[in-house]
Amino acid sequence: MSKTIEEINSKIKSGKAVVVNAEEIIDIVRQQGISQAANEIDVVTTGTFAPMCSSGIYFNIGHSKPRIKLEAGKTLINDVPAYTGFAATDIMLGATALPDDDPRNKIYPGDFNYGGGHVIEDLVSGKDVSLSATAYGTDCYPRKKLETWINIHDLNEAVFFSLRNCYQNYNVATNTSDKTIYTYLGVLKPRLGNVTYCSAGQVSPLLNDPYYKTIGIGTKLFLGGGAGYISWHGTQHSPNALRTENGVPKRGAGTLSLIGDLKQMNARWLRGVSMQGYGVSLDVGIGIPIPILNEEILEYTAVTDEDIFSAVVDYSKAYPHNLPDILGEVSYAQLKSGTIQLGGKSIPSASLSSYSRALEISNILKEWIISGKFLLTEPVASLPGAGSSQSTKPLNYRPVERNNCY
Amino acid sequence: MNVSRKIVLHFPARLVEEAIAYRLVKEYNLRFNILKASIIPDSEGFVVLELSGDQEDYDRGIHFLTKTGVKIEALSQNVVRNEDKCTHCGACLTICPTGAFEVESKSRKVLFIHDRCIACSNCIKACPPRAMELHF
Repeated sequence: MSKTIEEINSKIKSGKAVVVNAEEIIDIVRQQGISQAANEIDVVTTGTFAPMCSSGIYFNIGHSKPRIKLEAGKTLINDVPAYTGFAATDIMLGATALPDDDPRNKIYPGDFNYGGGHVIEDLVSGKDVSLSATAYGTDCYPRKKLETWINIHDLNEAVFFSLRNCYQNYNVATNTSDKTIYTYLGVLKPRLGNVTYCSAGQVSPLLNDPYYKTIGIGTKLFLGGGAGYISWHGTQHSPNALRTENGVPKRGAGTLSLIGDLKQMNARWLRGVSMQGYGVSLDVGIGIPIPILNEEILEYTAVTDEDIFSAVVDYSKAYPHNLPDILGEVSYAQLKSGTIQLGGKSIPSASLSSYSRALEISNILKEWIISGKFLLTEPVASLPGAGSSQSTKPLNYRPVERNNCY
Repeated sequence: MNVSRKIVLHFPARLVEEAIAYRLVKEYNLRFNILKASIIPDSEGFVVLELSGDQEDYDRGIHFLTKTGVKIEALSQNVVRNEDKCTHCGACLTICPTGAFEVESKSRKVLFIHDRCIACSNCIKACPPRAMELHF
């Protein structure tokens, strides 16, 4: 038996939709079997909450008297440089931006206490943030300096926008060198002292729809505590990554570009983070509903941590030098047990992605749907899938010869 | 009754080369775990240790230390978790040398078991949302 999104939406509107989260579905399928579960269940909700560096916001501050055009000048928000290469008062800020006077890794490992991710958290919390701008001045935009407090409530538009979120799967990081290293996957102790991973595994959105059969451009989702949409596939989207027999990618694979109204979001789900010795980022909370259109789609949502594998990568060598070598593969069940076995050695494991927060998101989304305030959307176009020409190539490095230096 | 306390011992220069810890074990039947130490011959030194044993032995040991001229202070550094900031990701789990963080299996929330914390501060900067705070 199959259903349409329209049919599921009318059940949601009449308060009759059966919605469960991606953890609950596992036991339901074990008890009832695929066929009965597919009949009864209308939506499975997923969730993830983890640092996602390619996140950002854009906003419009409104025109001052006299006018200033921020473009091609320099604009700082709480001392963090923002991008102003657009029209006069449009500003974009990325999660990983740092104040010019942050010492970075000059005192190694750097602290990275405040950056773009933290500005986004402060702004979404409703705190005043300072804007300090210089510009060159024109006949129509004469002002050259602007210093003012701004607040999200006063902005004309404030929009969350990401180039890449929601990685379908991710490397497991470790360190074979003799010294501690500081990475975007956390602090890695020497001589395989620990491994870190960053996925919600069995409740993570794209691991529950591995071939993007329901998730596509235009899909409405939980984003940062509000509602958002998939705007495109994310950068480095790699649907042709290695997969297991059940279709689940064993490497990075798919990614999403997301968009949503920042004014609806809140700081519980957009949180600035500091990665010691590495930089700043933003914890982003995302939850995607999966409409159970047929048995095949339901079967994908019943995926468990035992069925999901990832590659252990040496961040002291293979990763920095962009080599394909991996040290082995482990399941998320092993990773979540707290210890993995690798080459006869037991290694303690830790996560950068919060499973309990991911589950909380899947439950919030479930409540939104059950209460009828969140309807599902039909994708307007598919994401590039397995077998498409979409791939992630390394840089084609071509040194620039500068002969004509006068 | 057993007691276990984290204390800081300040040694005057004349005591730096004395086998004081040895006597705590041998004569007072106490166990110790050195958390931090700085001992330089001919100058003042300090040791931060967790001292444990029977209450009576402990009191006698402390009396002995005081008598020899060691200045004793309670460890005033205290690591606490800001519950509003913790996202329960678990990045701290493999950073803590004493296993003070554990994942509760059902909810997968990260527990901070304060009794196991030796205030080494390793977790403070390794925590991405900076939820671990050092209080004095």
